[in-house]
Amino acid sequence: MKVFVKRNSGFQEFEVPRHPSQTVLDVVTYIQRSLDPTLAYRYACRVGMCGSCAMTVNGVPRWTCRTHVDRVVRNDALEVGPLKNLPVIRDLVTDMREFFDKWARARGQFAGERTKRDDFHKVKPSSSDRVQVDSNIECIGCGVCYAACDVVAWNPDYLGPAALNRAWTLVKDERDSLKTERLRAVAGDAGCHSCHTHMSCTERCPKHLSPTAGIAGLKRETAKALLKGEL
Amino acid sequence: MNIQTALWIAQRASAAVLALCVAVHLAMIIYAVQGGLTAAEILERTRGNAGWLAFYSVFVLAVTIHAPIGLRSVFAEWLGWRGRSRDVVLSLFALLIAWMGMRAALGVFA
Repeated sequence: MKVFVKRNSGFQEFEVPRHPSQTVLDVVTYIQRSLDPTLAYRYACRVGMCGSCAMTVNGVPRWTCRTHVDRVVRNDALEVGPLKNLPVIRDLVTDMREFFDKWARARGQFAGERTKRDDFHKVKPSSSDRVQVDSNIECIGCGVCYAACDVVAWNPDYLGPAALNRAWTLVKDERDSLKTERLRAVAGDAGCHSCHTHMSCTERCPKHLSPTAGIAGLKRETAKALLKGEL
Repeated sequence: MNIQTALWIAQRASAAVLALCVAVHLAMIIYAVQGGLTAAEILERTRGNAGWLAFYSVFVLAVTIHAPIGLRSVFAEWLGWRGRSRDVVLSLFALLIAWMGMRAALGVFA
């Protein structure tokens, strides 16, 4: 098959043999090891746990390790590029700093009150708050949602689906003590209120999570906090 | 107070009011054009009718709140226009809508 790889200089065409159960990561690896060792790309676990191999495949952000060629190949051709909405370091490698800095700006750090002298805080799995974030806490920070988000493309300050999803899981964490500060950090034009509910993040999330639902939850919680005079 | 959160609540609340107002307005149009539409028939219904004046005043107020907040995002995302100048222009736009809307509502009432 023909593979068009987006490099700093533009698209470069490679001819790659097809194999059964071949993934897009296999294809990129083949190109680097057998055709052009200067190709830069990033991966680690190869089994959908680490989230570092996300790239744009035929225009769609995906984990390349979990994407079979059979599923995405068109007319025996494939187009692979770096994730959108992030600065490119080289070829298929993006700079994730801004993505993770936004997690920090969304107050993504857990802040508990107990010390090691205290007993464990027992969270009931059936409690309403816990149930609401049951799936959202599974985010591994791969950046696929961020690359899929239109609002990030339009507003570079927008915190993005992953950072807001992280904030949502902490707002609903009964052990956490910074609820109001978190809501302040995510309220506004860079935060949850800019989301248009296009749901591209939810559509593309490789773990089938819904950051959109979390962002909608943040809108509700910030509205409640404002009406109570806390925001 | 967080202004964007307040704007978001205003946008949602005005949308809820508009959903009702637009439905009533459309139903009224369909009802009013049965058997032909004349200025006399409209004025007969609205002139001196405080109920319709109240309804259209609420309608105008909801539009005055809703439209500029929506345009605020459109200007930011499509034109990259943010900050004070945008908000001043949109405040003037809100006043323009309110003036035009109330002028029409009062025009068929008085």
